[in-house]
Amino acid sequence: MIELRGIKKNFGDKQVLRGIDAVFLPGKMNMIIGSSGSGKTVLMKCIVGLLTPDEGEVLYNGKDFTKLKYTEKRKLRQELGMLFQYSALFDSISVEDNVAFPLRLFTDTPEEKILERVNFCLAKVNLEKVNKLLPDEISGGMKKRVGIARAISLNPKYLFCDEPNSGLDPITSTVIDKLIKEITVDFGTTTIINTHDLNSVLEHGENIIFLHKGLKEWQGNAAEIRDTNNESLNEFIYASEMMREARGRNFK
Amino acid sequence: MRIIYNLGAYVLLLRNTFTKPEKARIYWKRFIFEANAIGVESLGIVAIISLFTGGVTTINTAYQIVSALVKPSIIGAIVSDTNILEFSPTITCLVLAGKVGSNIATELGSMRVSEQIDALEVMGVNSAGYLIFPKIIAAVVVIPMLILISMGLSIYGGWFMGKATGIVTSNDFITGARSTFRTYTFIFAMIKSYSFSFIIASVSSYQGYHAGGSSLEVGRASTRAVVYSCVLILFADVILAKLLL
Repeated sequence: MIELRGIKKNFGDKQVLRGIDAVFLPGKMNMIIGSSGSGKTVLMKCIVGLLTPDEGEVLYNGKDFTKLKYTEKRKLRQELGMLFQYSALFDSISVEDNVAFPLRLFTDTPEEKILERVNFCLAKVNLEKVNKLLPDEISGGMKKRVGIARAISLNPKYLFCDEPNSGLDPITSTVIDKLIKEITVDFGTTTIINTHDLNSVLEHGENIIFLHKGLKEWQGNAAEIRDTNNESLNEFIYASEMMREARGRNFK
Repeated sequence: MRIIYNLGAYVLLLRNTFTKPEKARIYWKRFIFEANAIGVESLGIVAIISLFTGGVTTINTAYQIVSALVKPSIIGAIVSDTNILEFSPTITCLVLAGKVGSNIATELGSMRVSEQIDALEVMGVNSAGYLIFPKIIAAVVVIPMLILISMGLSIYGGWFMGKATGIVTSNDFITGARSTFRTYTFIFAMIKSYSFSFIIASVSSYQGYHAGGSSLEVGRASTRAVVYSCVLILFADVILAKLLL
């Protein structure tokens, strides 16, 4: 389980996170939502250790990540998988080598077993015959899927996804959402998704954290979010004409 | 204050770079890749510069010391000494600071901007070690080799120019070059080569690794890598000359 206690992060005079307490449920689809600039990405970077919070604790099963030694942090990080907003695939190596990268670096698995695992991970994200292609030779949606395949190659306990649907069309977004959901259920990973995409929030959000102006403003699930009285959250959800109309037609 | 901050960050980056590698086999592959990129791909430009520098040194030396009292063999002595001692290590490294330095900074800067370095860190990889260590080792191994080649080619260029233009006979040039050769000069040149190679790879890596979050910043990091490497090479050149000669 991941628990956050009083996370604060400033950049110069700007307070981005102003004391966030939250619990991410194990084996569930946890979502962090909020408007641009609300601190979602900064919060996720604090959780995975790419940024160090100025104050507060990031607890992985009770152990404060920020206080771990460098070697302990690296060991814990091998239990994390992360899908980046722009996939962050290593562009000088093939799709196959990207997915095999953590396996080759952290395990002593023989090469044939590594390739088996790579093919399994690529099949899991519905990719075939792309092993030898370079990241530049595949589409944005495929890159995201390769990113997911790489993230799950070491069978992580925790899967982090930063804006998994950004830049994708609605159909591909749905495919990606379903893949992440499937991986969460099949492997029992604790998945934490940073997103703007209300479709995925409403469809898959089992534990939703709404950030507003650097604070956790609301926490609940997809069923509860529709009936919330929280003004800022309602403003965020019903910002578009389409969502307001859907609300009028009782979109539950 | 900015200088102190950068110096501290540079030292910390080097500390992370020289920690124990995750898997030696993977680092070996990266070393071979970098050695090829830094060394083999720079061979052409180093050869051209060395031949021309040697040739021009012969012409300039002859122009400055034309006198019946001076033996023509002195041209060979000056050309070989100057090239071994100064031109080959320094000019070659200044050129490589431009070619290799900007390449390293741009590569790492692009990886920073496209979150590839973050991806390595999240996986638990020591990104500085994985990316920078092979570059520094490759530079320190390969650049001195390029400088050795440069020394040979610049002397050859000087000899060829002397012979082709009739400034100095082949015999006089070789006699002169042999007469003043000292092993220490060569050792000093190699010490400079190793120092300059380290400066090029580490300073450029630092600039690229700490590049900001936009493509504009990658360009700036690349420029800074070249400028700082060149200035530090010249600075180190003076210090080493003062200390060791």
